[in-house]
Amino acid sequence: MNELWTSLPPVVQLFVKGVAVIAIIFPLAGACSLAERKVSAWIMGRPGPNRAIPFWFEWVPVLGPFLQKLGVFHLMSDGLKMLFKEDSLPGHVNKPYFILAPVLAMVPAFTTVTVVPFGAYLDSAGRLVPLMLANVDVGILAVFAVGSLGVYSLIIAGWSSNSKYPFLGGVRASAQLISYELSMTLAVLPVFLWTNAPGAAGSLSLVRVVEFQSGTGLWSGMWFAFLMPLSAFIFLVTLFAETNRLPFDMAEGEADLVGGFHTEYGAFKWSLFFVAEYSHMLVGSGVFVLLFLGGWNPLPWVPLARAAEWLHLAGQPVLLGLLSVAIFLGKIILMIFLFMWVRFTLPRFRYDQVMKLGWQRLLPLAIANLIVYAILIASL
Amino acid sequence: MTDTFFTLFATLTVVSAALVVVHKNAVNAAMCFLLSLVGVAGLFVLLDAYLLAFVLLLVYAGAVVSLFLFIIMLLDTRPEEQKPFRLMTVAGATLGGALLLVCGSSLFARAQFSGASAVEPVGAALKPYAEQLFTTYLLPVQVVGFLLLAAMLGVVVLSRKYEKTEGAS
Repeated sequence: MNELWTSLPPVVQLFVKGVAVIAIIFPLAGACSLAERKVSAWIMGRPGPNRAIPFWFEWVPVLGPFLQKLGVFHLMSDGLKMLFKEDSLPGHVNKPYFILAPVLAMVPAFTTVTVVPFGAYLDSAGRLVPLMLANVDVGILAVFAVGSLGVYSLIIAGWSSNSKYPFLGGVRASAQLISYELSMTLAVLPVFLWTNAPGAAGSLSLVRVVEFQSGTGLWSGMWFAFLMPLSAFIFLVTLFAETNRLPFDMAEGEADLVGGFHTEYGAFKWSLFFVAEYSHMLVGSGVFVLLFLGGWNPLPWVPLARAAEWLHLAGQPVLLGLLSVAIFLGKIILMIFLFMWVRFTLPRFRYDQVMKLGWQRLLPLAIANLIVYAILIASL
Repeated sequence: MTDTFFTLFATLTVVSAALVVVHKNAVNAAMCFLLSLVGVAGLFVLLDAYLLAFVLLLVYAGAVVSLFLFIIMLLDTRPEEQKPFRLMTVAGATLGGALLLVCGSSLFARAQFSGASAVEPVGAALKPYAEQLFTTYLLPVQVVGFLLLAAMLGVVVLSRKYEKTEGAS
């Protein structure tokens, strides 16, 4: 098995790895939509989707009713509906761009995954080896650069739909995403000032940020969420805005814009936007977890290596790798829950409030935060 | 492999840059500009200048072109509203084209290219790049920064003035 893998040409290896990661994210994004419906039902005190079941599955004694109550078959039937529904193309749209927009939505969502490490294991020498598709030195910059291309799908979708509400949605999206990108980038700078303290070799790698949070001492084991709470908070708020989640869903704005940029879309094209939104949330939560919540380390002051010692996993890289991926995914799922919790708890902003918050509150706060940490780190 | 990619990205850059000028629809032109930038970023990656590639994507592709699109959509320009070319424009364009042709031909005829030597790429990692910015190229960076500050202040002044006249009328 191992020989077969290493005998493959590197391009094929990379291709297989990439497809494997996408094959995990795509269903995960679908599962998020089910989770969204269940969490909203739970918060609002109603049962949520609990009816659909194929007739032959009812014969399975315990598992059948359990899965029915969980609403799993609703997810499957939704997926089938999206695939087999007629993919209508309205007559008044700009066709090439109308078809291009959903594809453009998927590309950045899946490309950012390549530079996000999702786990790690210890090799025989006891060194930490990250699990990721491409370990580039510019890590976070690549995430921001490719992630910022996501705005084009919204603009193009809104513009090519050639009608009023989608157009307004697209214009809003472009203004909102550019405004909040600024605060987002400024908010993570203190983290990289800390990891690139004077004398160290400069790097923007996300793996390095996690390594800085995997010590056991008071300072070295502390997650950056405790060390830089304001940075974490600003990053979280801007993450909500960048992923177009409530209370920042100005681009969709069901209350005032019908469906926003995707009003004219239906069937499979619409579901591509949907999956792209959840993929953005997954990747964004992953970056937040890596930057501020210790990545694959189970607890603050308890790094992965220490956990491996306790569980006697030091000599088994595969099991340790799986454990780290499970921890990382667990944290991401908690983040996704937070996204949904906020969505069904906070009222949405008005558009002028969104702009005011971005430019007059978050941006000055992020700049002040950066200056304070720069002075602190320089004086240490 | 590298040569193939170079041909691919270079063609993408040049062809889409030409399309930016040729296209009558402003949105098409902006999208071609975006493609051209992606091609340049690919060329940077081939030169091992990863940092430059991603900064280019972040600043130009991520923010500047989407602002262009934003403005184009707000102004809602239509291709048929274009004015016909004036005589001066045609004359200027011809003169510029001729100058460009002279430049290109003299470059091909006279320039001597020394063999490419293995240079450590400055734009690959953060530290050497930042060091260059703060030592060798400190003055240009400061000048550009000052220019941008002036432009920003100009925009603030202009938009203030606009607001006041609107309120007065």
